[in-house]
Amino acid sequence: MSAYRAILAKDLRIELRTLRSLPAMALFATTVFVVFRFALDRTTLGGDLAAGVLITTVLFASLLAINRIFVAEREEGGFDLIRLAPVDRTALFFAKASALVIYLLLLELAAVPLFAIFFLDTAAGLPPLAPVLGLMNLGLALTGTLISTIATMSSARDLLAPLILLPLAVPVVIAAAGAAEPILAADGPSYEHFGRWLAVLGLYDLTFLAVGYGVFDFLLED
Amino acid sequence: MIPLALAEAESYVGAAYLVFVTLLLIYLAIMAGKLERIQRELRSLAGLAERPREEQR
Amino acid sequence: MRAPSLRTLAIATAIVLVAGYALAFFWAPEDADQGFIQKIFYLHVPLAILALIGFMVAAVHSIQHLRTGDPVHDVRSYVSIHLSVIFGVAVLLTGAIWAKGAWGVWWEWREPTLVSFLIVFLLYATYYPLRYSVEDRERQARYASVFAITAGAFVPLNFAAVRAADPFIHPRTFSSAGGLPGEMLLAFLVCLVGMALLWVSLVRFELASKAASADLGRLRRALAPGETMPGPSSRAVAPVGVSTASMSADTPRERGIERA
Repeated sequence: MSAYRAILAKDLRIELRTLRSLPAMALFATTVFVVFRFALDRTTLGGDLAAGVLITTVLFASLLAINRIFVAEREEGGFDLIRLAPVDRTALFFAKASALVIYLLLLELAAVPLFAIFFLDTAAGLPPLAPVLGLMNLGLALTGTLISTIATMSSARDLLAPLILLPLAVPVVIAAAGAAEPILAADGPSYEHFGRWLAVLGLYDLTFLAVGYGVFDFLLED
Repeated sequence: MIPLALAEAESYVGAAYLVFVTLLLIYLAIMAGKLERIQRELRSLAGLAERPREEQR
Repeated sequence: MRAPSLRTLAIATAIVLVAGYALAFFWAPEDADQGFIQKIFYLHVPLAILALIGFMVAAVHSIQHLRTGDPVHDVRSYVSIHLSVIFGVAVLLTGAIWAKGAWGVWWEWREPTLVSFLIVFLLYATYYPLRYSVEDRERQARYASVFAITAGAFVPLNFAAVRAADPFIHPRTFSSAGGLPGEMLLAFLVCLVGMALLWVSLVRFELASKAASADLGRLRRALAPGETMPGPSSRAVAPVGVSTASMSADTPRERGIERA
């Protein structure tokens, strides 16, 4: 538990000091919004398009963060440290996943209001969006950490992580967009199948929590 | 839903099964190539194995 | 009980497949809705079921691999995924042909099985670049096993999610095997068993080829130590076979360096 806290605290401290990923993610999201405005030729979005643009943007911004979570460990021998230390190695997995969840949360705190300003007619849909995004963040963080660990030790790491992650993220996209679409409807939120989509997201998160916990040790073996 | 005229439907069914058989045959061809490589290697190794015995005679 | 030989398997495959498709074409009645085009069902659906089972089998082999460290399991996992991906290609192609013949379009986003399959296929297609990008043999095998387990857990989730995305039960679903009249069901089951035998036969076939290559590697190293196999020696993508000696008995594994 203390290893988890130590690693997480270190990562957050470094990120706050160097601001390596967060500003880039926020900037990236903003620019993607602009691209969508022109690619879709829309000035307002509602329902399915709103859900699609928001979810897709968060997804691709998360890829930026996911590619970078192990940079420090790779460059400074952090993997060897955790191999040698007498701690449960899965602490690293949970710490990195938690860090990703926090980064995504911070990103969304900036990007979602901006999205509302840019495209939405009503902000009423934003509060119910919170659990959807929260569960989505967790799902992306868990699979992202797992795949990033694999990609980090390979030679094609920048290409491999997004390549493997995108198909893995499809159920998250389906469920998050499915839940967000009625919430972001132009004439006010409705909660069609809301519970069902949250359940799918929850199941996804639980599954990869279990998988990650089970296999992470083997990824760290020398 | 109106089913296709038999001749047209037959060609689609035929195409589907043909795709399957083609994939199977491509797989066989690749495995045949591997077999040939194995045979070649085996032959060369047999030659290697017989050589020292001849040199001992 | 000793496992049946490859030859027995192959003969059984041929018999059952021929029987299955004979039943499908000459005995089972024609579908009232779709007409003759429905006959593709007997090909497309067994291929799909076997591909999915194959991915699950690979995950099980990978769990064994991580638990025991024995590379035999890694080779079995690799071959299972490899053949299931090939079956998957067949599923997508036959599915597209069926869609074109039955509905006039080459692709139908609202057909959940087809779409799920596309996603699963896209995921497992990344297995090859993953293996190729990790040089160290042991690490490559371990990472591949982690991937196979993750992907195996993903498959049912993905199917559930895609199915949930389609709010209406479309009357045009491919894979509704439930509600099939008796003769169709029997023909379908025989075809399914035949495809299962085909999958198993091909897996055994591929494993035998890899084992032979590994044995050759041992032989060459014993006869001409220091030389490598003549021919292009690129970095091996696939796991090399495990030589038959260490497959049948649990002797310490030997490392192969040639591409199987």
